Amino acid sequence: MKTISRMFIVIIVAALLLMYLAARLNVSQGYSGSNTLTIYNWGDYIDPDLLDQFQKETGITVIYQTFDSNEAMLTKIEQGGTTFDVAIPSDYAISKMREDNLLLPIDHSKLPNLQNIDPSFLNLSFDPDNKYSAPYFWGTVGVVYNPKLTNLKFHSWDDLWDPSLRNNVLLTDGAREVMGMSLNSLHYSLNDTKEAHLQEALAKLKLLTPNVKAIVGDEIKMLLANNEAAAGLVFSGDASEIMSENEDLDFVVPEEGTNLWFDNMVIPKTAANIDGAHKFINFMMDPEVAAQNAEYVGYSTPNDAALKLLPEDISGDERFYPPADLTDRLEVYDNLGKKMLVHYNELFLQFKMNK
Amino acid sequence: MQANTRAVYMLPYYVWIVLFVVAPVVLVAYYSFFDVDGNLTLQNYRTFFTPVYMQMTLSSFWYAFLVTLFSLLIAYPAAYLLTRTKHRQLWILLIILPTWINLLLKTYAFIGIFGTYGPVNALLGAIGIGEQQLLFNAFSFVFVSVYIFVPFMILPIYNALEEMNPTLISAARDLGASGWTTFRRVIFPLTLSGVKSGCMAVFIPSLSLFMITRLIAGNKVITLGTAIEQHFLVTQDWGMGSTVAVVLIIAMAVLMLLTGGFGQEVRHGK
Repeated sequence: MKTISRMFIVIIVAALLLMYLAARLNVSQGYSGSNTLTIYNWGDYIDPDLLDQFQKETGITVIYQTFDSNEAMLTKIEQGGTTFDVAIPSDYAISKMREDNLLLPIDHSKLPNLQNIDPSFLNLSFDPDNKYSAPYFWGTVGVVYNPKLTNLKFHSWDDLWDPSLRNNVLLTDGAREVMGMSLNSLHYSLNDTKEAHLQEALAKLKLLTPNVKAIVGDEIKMLLANNEAAAGLVFSGDASEIMSENEDLDFVVPEEGTNLWFDNMVIPKTAANIDGAHKFINFMMDPEVAAQNAEYVGYSTPNDAALKLLPEDISGDERFYPPADLTDRLEVYDNLGKKMLVHYNELFLQFKMNK
Repeated sequence: MQANTRAVYMLPYYVWIVLFVVAPVVLVAYYSFFDVDGNLTLQNYRTFFTPVYMQMTLSSFWYAFLVTLFSLLIAYPAAYLLTRTKHRQLWILLIILPTWINLLLKTYAFIGIFGTYGPVNALLGAIGIGEQQLLFNAFSFVFVSVYIFVPFMILPIYNALEEMNPTLISAARDLGASGWTTFRRVIFPLTLSGVKSGCMAVFIPSLSLFMITRLIAGNKVITLGTAIEQHFLVTQDWGMGSTVAVVLIIAMAVLMLLTGGFGQEVRHGK
């Protein structure tokens, strides 16, 4: 009896102590003050030399933390207790953060380098007038294929439906990506919400079933690099990673158009060093800095001035910097609302169930 | 005083059960009555009884059945042999050992083993059968699931076999029963409790498997677990995800009632 109650007290005391510690840790994680800047970015998504350069130029100490998914980042910022001064989420996450009032507006007068950004990458649906965000990197969704495993010369989405690719295509497990691909191949918008068009897209997807070897997640990078399939639907960022592992592979942005995605710099509501955050965002849009960063990370830079500084074999690569007539056909995912997203996923599920 | 002491002893368990068993189930049931916009509705249950979800339910049960069947076919002889070997403890340790390794790691390993250029295909090629597609089909899904669940089938059957009085077998043989008859009329009925709890330990979790459906079966096998994962993580349609979970909970409860899983311990006590 005594031991039991003693045990109980010990457990409760331990739990309270842990709660207190956790609260303390959450607070101390974000060191406030004007001389530090906490940056929250994707893993391996910046040239570390640039962080040193920024610290030297401004005297601000940078605390750098990483996340591996937009959802993880959102949860952490929503919970509070953090003081991230700059975060770099993707387009749809920015739209969600904007709706949930998790962002501070950016002061354009403090960001003279914003003029370096290609105007076609500004004022997009997820952030009208760039009130809350400045572009960091962008990319597309396309097809990685292996010329050693297929004779097809990919240029259209319809090539994926070619009978010669039977059981040889990998798809990314994402409703918007796969439905978007089908809608695009029918020359519809990938933000289409007309039921007739969506049903048509689903019917077309069902014809793709014999070619689909698997619908997978992040493993798609490993599988394509290991020659498990002749072609795969992937993000351009993943494509450059896959191609650096297996040099046989090639990437193409289909001519009908595709998704255009962004990772933009934002200032979360919890920021403590707003002035420093602006300095950092402006610094990253400096032509030389952006060029160095693009060369290191390997993604496409939205910075026009930086693009001119990049070597010809990078800036002239039409796979990652598609020509103007194609970029006109790229679309950002609009926030279709929860109901439509559920519907997209229902249709995608029907495609997955199709045998 | 005695009753009092007992009540105090039980208190931690009651707290545990209320917090971690009752509360989550109640919450899941509660959420299942709301749609994406947070309106009270029965629409989720109506959606569940449409062909898409019915087909998914059928395939979940079918694959769970296959996984249980093959696990049993492998586990029973293995457990039987275990009772006759010399270094039992060592063998049991070897069977338990893989369960110490993270499920995801084991699954990832199979992507390499079954891959087009993996060791299994190299072997098949060397002995002249030729390359086969092993990944991303029903075979690989059932194979990997059986591999993962087989220890949970072996252990209860082994325990039941151990508990059995060996003189009963001698008696059966003395009375003229053949080997098969002895097994069918004496050994198997006496180990039925072990078989039942083994089947429960395999069938129920395999009903809601989800990572393996994507990693090994490439979404060619879709189970209710996949749907729950998608509703909670991608669409954030918690209502529909909860509805699927509620149906699974009810299905499992019915199964346990039918196989007498609930009353077992009491009967043992007699």
